[in-house]
Amino acid sequence: MTTPILSLQNVEKRFGKNHVLRGVTLDVAPGESLVVIGGSGSGKSVMLKNALGLMTPDSGKILFNGEDVTQAKGKTRARMRERVGMLFQSGALFDSLTVWENVAFRLVNSGVVSRAKAKDRAIETLSKVRLGSDVADLYPAEISGGMQKRVSLARSIISKPDLIFFDEPTTGLDPITADAINDLIIEQVRGLGAATVTITHDMASARKIADEVAMLFEGEIIWRGKASDVDNSGNPYVDQFVHGRAEGPIQPAL
Amino acid sequence: MSNASTRNRGIPNPLAWIGAAALGLFGEIGRLAVFSARVKAAAFSPRWYIGQIWKQIVQIGFFSLPVVGMSAIFIGAALALNIYQGSGRFGAEQFVPNIVVLGITRELGATITALMLAGRVSAGISAEIGAMRVTEQIDALESLSASPYRYLYAPRFLAALIALPLLVLVADIIGVMGGWAVSVFGLGFDSTVYLRNTLDFVTRNDILTGLIKAVVFGAVIALMGCYQGDRSKAGATGVGRAATLSMVGAAVLVLASNYIMSTIFVEVGL
Ligand SMILES: Nc1ncnc2c1ncn2[C@@H]1O[C@H](COP(=O)(O)OP(=O)(O)OP(=O)(O)O)[C@@H](O)[C@H]1O
Ligand SMILES: [Mg+2]
Repeated sequence: MTTPILSLQNVEKRFGKNHVLRGVTLDVAPGESLVVIGGSGSGKSVMLKNALGLMTPDSGKILFNGEDVTQAKGKTRARMRERVGMLFQSGALFDSLTVWENVAFRLVNSGVVSRAKAKDRAIETLSKVRLGSDVADLYPAEISGGMQKRVSLARSIISKPDLIFFDEPTTGLDPITADAINDLIIEQVRGLGAATVTITHDMASARKIADEVAMLFEGEIIWRGKASDVDNSGNPYVDQFVHGRAEGPIQPAL
Repeated sequence: MSNASTRNRGIPNPLAWIGAAALGLFGEIGRLAVFSARVKAAAFSPRWYIGQIWKQIVQIGFFSLPVVGMSAIFIGAALALNIYQGSGRFGAEQFVPNIVVLGITRELGATITALMLAGRVSAGISAEIGAMRVTEQIDALESLSASPYRYLYAPRFLAALIALPLLVLVADIIGVMGGWAVSVFGLGFDSTVYLRNTLDFVTRNDILTGLIKAVVFGAVIALMGCYQGDRSKAGATGVGRAATLSMVGAAVLVLASNYIMSTIFVEVGL
């Protein structure tokens, strides 16, 4: 068995009384596309932030390529972050930088690429998310929400990482652009061999891009299986979620 | 134990309250100290984001010139008037230029500049950083292998260290000119005599003490702004609260450290 590129082992995280992650265990194999589903507020974004070390788990372990990075700082953390890309749910673009400076931030910051080259790479990556070079010199505040999301997506893939987290990549996009984003994610996996963890509420997108699907509920992964099995998982929680029914074991938040 | 605490619920225990407040205060001081140490470590070791530092010098220094200049001229003018009035009681009006320049260089130039910047700069920094914190831009920065300490906080800290002494120098000159203007055009002083008395009286140490204070105030203002912004809670209220806290915190720390430094300068005879 190959070493998972990312491995969460019994990860717990609480905010005061709010016990969000209650022992999440999840492996991501190199080159695998994993989709994580789960209700709003169930802790999906928190899980990714723990995996990336933006939050520190209260207990449990996080391994990156077999190396324990739970408390990693300095060089170890930097080495991990260089290999991981993240699309934040909110986009999180730097509003003091232009679109291309956002996309090329990692390249310019690393200092190995000249600004001119970095700008070319940024424009090339923008075209992958169906944005023209005309937006390159605009500021994030000057483009629409869906465009911001795509700029952020471009920023997360520009350096060809080995592992990419996509937190709701298609939310707020029209169906055509959303499908183009699905294709882009597939290209990252099939074409470039990256592993991806995608959070989505969009089941059409999940079916298209996922090798495997995992469901987070009440702070634990309650089901994991092949994407093709998601419709007949035999798990009442997954069933209810996938078919979007209000009746079932999951109580809609009121 | 659990029984006792259940029974006492709702009845405030003053000792417990004082204890909690003290712990809270020490906790806050500790966190601020750790944060400051990390910013200083980042500021005085490579790598430096020169572009960011320069941008902040312009932001903190250049754009503060109007507000600092205006404050200084009015303080200098009011000071001259009051000293004229007070010294008149024992016929010592001729000392107005001496006392004005002493008050401005040793005390008011630096404190007024720092208090104005506690509002303009410290609150501004914490609102900006706070907005970045709550929109996940700081998380994004880290995820892209850039340290917010190096990219955001150290440039503001260094820029404030550089800009504050320069602004205080400007405030000293404009403040003295404010006093000169009132004295010459309002109180009948001779312009040449006033200026000569000023220049003959003021010592290098008077100016130096003000500039040393300025450096410390610069550190206080930038650190407080970055610290409160970094800790900002989500939402417009969270960011607004961070701005208020940093302004009040910076102002109080400026005045407290001013008193401590004045004491030290007097002790060592500066
Ligand atoms: N920084 C934080 N401080 C305190 N509580 C937090 C923080 N971040 C998240 N939470 C809490 O953790 C829980 C899970 O949040 P999270 O953002 O992970 O949900 P999610 O599954 O991503 O939901 P959505 O699908 O709506 O994005 C929520 O109850 C939220 O209030
Ligand atoms: Mg989320």
